[in-house]
Amino acid sequence: MTISSRTIPDRLRSPLEQRLKSWEALLLLVAICIFAANSFASPYFLNAWNLSDATFNFTEKAMIAFAMALLIISGEIDLSVASIIALSSTAMGAAVQMGMGTPILVLIGLGVGLLCGSFNGLLVTRMGLPSIVVTIGTMSLFRGISFIVLGDQAYRGYPSDFSWFGQGYVWWVISFEFVLFMVIAAIYFVLLHKTNFGRAVYAIGNNPTGALFSGIRVQRIKFILFILTGLMSGIAAICLTARLGSTRPSIATGWELEVVTMVVLGGISILGGSGTIVGVIIAAFVMGLVTFGLGLLNVPGIVMSIVIGALLIGVIALPRLWSVWRAR
Amino acid sequence: MMQKQADAILPLKEISKSPAVLELKAVTKVFPGVKALSEVSLKLIPGEVTALVGENGAGKSTVVKILTGIYQPDDGIILVDGQPTIFPVPQAASQSGVTAIHQETVLFDELSVAENIFLGHAPRGRFGLIDLKIMNKKSCDILHSIGARIDPEQKLKDLGIANKHLVAIARALSTDARVVIMDEPTASLSHKEIEELYELVESLKSQGKAILFISHKFDEIFRIADNYTVFRDGQIIGDGAISDVTDADLVKMMVGRDVSQIFPKRKTSLGKVILQVKSYTHPTEFEDISFTLRKGEILGFYGLVGAGRSEFMQALFGITLNTFGTIKIEDKPVQIKSPADAVENGIVYVPEDRGRQGAILDLPIFQNITLPSLGKISGNGFLKLAKEFKLARDYTERLELRAASFDTHVGNLSGGNQQKVVIAKWLATQPKIIILDEPTKGVDIGSKAAVHEFMAELAEQGLAIIMVSSEIPEVLGMSDRVIVMREGRMVTELNENNLQPETLVRHAAGI
Repeated sequence: MTISSRTIPDRLRSPLEQRLKSWEALLLLVAICIFAANSFASPYFLNAWNLSDATFNFTEKAMIAFAMALLIISGEIDLSVASIIALSSTAMGAAVQMGMGTPILVLIGLGVGLLCGSFNGLLVTRMGLPSIVVTIGTMSLFRGISFIVLGDQAYRGYPSDFSWFGQGYVWWVISFEFVLFMVIAAIYFVLLHKTNFGRAVYAIGNNPTGALFSGIRVQRIKFILFILTGLMSGIAAICLTARLGSTRPSIATGWELEVVTMVVLGGISILGGSGTIVGVIIAAFVMGLVTFGLGLLNVPGIVMSIVIGALLIGVIALPRLWSVWRAR
Repeated sequence: MMQKQADAILPLKEISKSPAVLELKAVTKVFPGVKALSEVSLKLIPGEVTALVGENGAGKSTVVKILTGIYQPDDGIILVDGQPTIFPVPQAASQSGVTAIHQETVLFDELSVAENIFLGHAPRGRFGLIDLKIMNKKSCDILHSIGARIDPEQKLKDLGIANKHLVAIARALSTDARVVIMDEPTASLSHKEIEELYELVESLKSQGKAILFISHKFDEIFRIADNYTVFRDGQIIGDGAISDVTDADLVKMMVGRDVSQIFPKRKTSLGKVILQVKSYTHPTEFEDISFTLRKGEILGFYGLVGAGRSEFMQALFGITLNTFGTIKIEDKPVQIKSPADAVENGIVYVPEDRGRQGAILDLPIFQNITLPSLGKISGNGFLKLAKEFKLARDYTERLELRAASFDTHVGNLSGGNQQKVVIAKWLATQPKIIILDEPTKGVDIGSKAAVHEFMAELAEQGLAIIMVSSEIPEVLGMSDRVIVMREGRMVTELNENNLQPETLVRHAAGI
């Protein structure tokens, strides 16, 4: 009897079963545990307004994290994202001094993000330079421009309707930023998991040579991913600037690593090729809940970063330790 | 399948009087769900070459892994010089003088030849530092003994494939090996290099080393082996002196049925010209390549490794850039600047290097197959899963793919089935011209025949096929015409009137 492919099933394990045993399921469990722990630790935690405040801890970073997730899956990285925020915010601040209105400010914010992303993308895809080197370079470059323009000064005086992007509420406790975060999450979920583009991103991350040999336009897709990451940094810059109401050159310092942490915690392989948007969404909540919970307990910032670091290593190491232990 | 298998089983007679240096006795190895080896006994005699024959998955690699200490047998014993021994770690095997040259031995491009040869067991001088002088001297001696003219202080990356292979062999011999295992050593070598390898095997034999030679190529086996052992489904089906059997006997034992090694007969009805290439040139890789290709034709490209065949094919496919010359498809001039351009123009390429270029091993079968056809299985850029599975099923069915499910990662399939996935992937794009680069390299006999039959079928349906192959029987058996390349140039074009193995080899070697 010959086995023909007529007898090959589409799948052996159902998608549901796969999901239950996934990284995302584990992460969700962690999120629930942290939520429960927070509720016990502080009487102020379970309060709608406090929880709403908590979301500001991650919404802006998460917007960048989604684009960064795609970039890391494709095997590249962008460490200049926080510096793009600084440059973008500085450009908006300068425009305010010239008396520009909110619509122009938004366009400038997005435009600077787009340009910075294209610059990174061109250097990586046209010149064939490694993205980690390019973006460490542009990280200094973009923020450096911001420092030259501002020195130890700050831009203030943003129009009041502009501040709505960072401080406005759409309905009751639901902030504009949170809604934007959800919308962007949905867009990236569809883009990565439901489109040709997303499939190509996975293929490139798993084997760039194989993807090229399969007729995928590898460099073009990578270029688009850099632009998207720049654009998301521009959006984050608008929200953050509107929320703070001022621009200093030190704005969003160190965010690039927090964004990468969020992506990796979300189960995106730092080597590229695997991970999901759902994982990044849950990771965003986990990081937000931890920082907010510790904030309520008056834990100093430096301890918070220790806790986040420990969480990252812990969540990544535990499954491996578990499988080693089970193999014995 | 149910024909009398007993016919094929020859008596397990004493192979030789000379005592075995290494022997397996009734070795069994079980993996979860499968018995990889069942009561396998094998003797390796100094100064003799034993050929290990069997289809992919028959248990050859498991035997090699047991002999080199990577796996432990679940039952049975290993004897070294007649003494029962265990190889708990690979180092124990190498201390007993067992060494293996794998299909793709891991070497390090940035290290020198001598460092590669002695990596892990370099001679030490004062303070435990590596004694470069002695290491280079010893490397020189070993390289000399295998007839390789390579400077031990050269960096490995500056060597050609054939010389790298010699370094791998030198590395194997640097541990005072008494048993040398060669796992498909000729897979990436050209005709001339294979001849040199044969000489090397002869010289190892005369030095009294026992050699275990694994190969899919029968002409090789009959050329250099003294004894044979045939594996099927983890069992030894037959063994004995090679002079007592014919290749038909071996094939019968391997597959348990008669498989004609004859290539499929087909009606050649050539259609209109589909591809015209005119004075195609690359600054360093190839020069002035011109030919035409018709619908339904199989055009063979023969030459030694490094003749520029793959480079030229990859230029046609848009990988190798900076080329000059013109390409016309169906009389229309086309510009191919990327593989995506090539696919759009109906040219597809099945590369030699399946693992890196042909397939994406960590993605499931269905995603590999649909990767170049994403436009066909989606609407407005959104994937349609049902369409995707249907496309994968449609094209793998014709190739008789064997897999647990379409969700299986391609990396978990055998070489033959991986090749089927790559071919199915390209057929799904409905190409006009398909380029096959060494289509049956590392593919077992059963799948090989399937690939050949399928090629013939495709040609009959009007597809134009370019086949790059270094296997002379394949080139002769499959091609309508053959272009021979040497050092980047077309040397000659042979058709059925003057297509002889001797002519091919003569032109390729430039004799």
